[in-house]
Amino acid sequence: MDFTIEFDKQQIESIENILQEELIDLGVQSVILMDLAGNVIVNLENGDSSHDVYSLAALAAGNYGAVSAMANIIGEQEFSLLFHKGEEESIHFSKVVEDLLLLTIFNKNVSLGFLRLKVAEAIKRIQVLI
Amino acid sequence: MALINPKKKEVQVKIVYYGPGRGGKTTNLEYINKKFKKRIQNEMVTVKTYGDRTLFFDFLPFDIGEIKGHSIKVQLYTVPGQVKYNATRRLVLRGVDGLVFVADSMDLRREMNIRSLQNLKENLETFNKNIFNIPLVLQYNKRDLAEEGIPILSVDTLQRDMNSRLRAPAFPASAVKGENVAATMKKIIALTVGSLRKKLE
Repeated sequence: MDFTIEFDKQQIESIENILQEELIDLGVQSVILMDLAGNVIVNLENGDSSHDVYSLAALAAGNYGAVSAMANIIGEQEFSLLFHKGEEESIHFSKVVEDLLLLTIFNKNVSLGFLRLKVAEAIKRIQVLI
Repeated sequence: MALINPKKKEVQVKIVYYGPGRGGKTTNLEYINKKFKKRIQNEMVTVKTYGDRTLFFDFLPFDIGEIKGHSIKVQLYTVPGQVKYNATRRLVLRGVDGLVFVADSMDLRREMNIRSLQNLKENLETFNKNIFNIPLVLQYNKRDLAEEGIPILSVDTLQRDMNSRLRAPAFPASAVKGENVAATMKKIIALTVGSLRKKLE
């Protein structure tokens, strides 16, 4: 199935507020709410870094699709933790609803456990809006 | 479908270059990347395997200006052409707005073209899309090979094989030399953005 999620201005603003409060204020570098076609819906940055978010989203959509397909091959519905750890920066992926992903880029000042907690809270709040 | 952001007044349009392996999809994007460098802010992304074949996709984003007050971001993708990569091909097709089918004019590739087009039709169906309803442009690539004495299919033959029912705009081209690469791209952008106009009003 293809997706047909559409957002109005108010929804986007509300989502931006949630991501700002839950994640950017926590010290996260960058958050991207995107669909699995690779489109960027919302992108917020803390101002310390600027990434090529469109390329990141395209690759993340492909990566997420590939990992989901791998999960299916070994008989799993999905993998619950998707996380790439770098020396300085890391990327965390989380499904928001079918076809929507939240990508979080953070550095070593933010602990993974705390990040996962905050991501889960943000997702819960976003799910109510869409 | 294209993503419209009413806050930023921005539209993201996904155009996928499809076709058999080694047909010149990546070469199309490389030429566009070089030719329109000034308008492309980001680097072209390619995920390749050993031996320079596209493993996952190539990705080239750029801005084409404004339509009805919305800035239009075009995202060009290629798929891996080789038969065995169908799962990744399907992933790239997700949310596609417009398609360029790059056929290989080489005599030897006749059957591969037809099979790949059939594969496109089937993959679109898994997303409930119909090849007859989606913006589509055909490109008959590698016309330059005739100059080297390599047997190629005539445009008439290609039209009969690929386009007798689709009746899509078609361009003979040489991606290596850049012939009709921009024309193909402009046509698919015009068709795809044209199909969105109503939504933007």
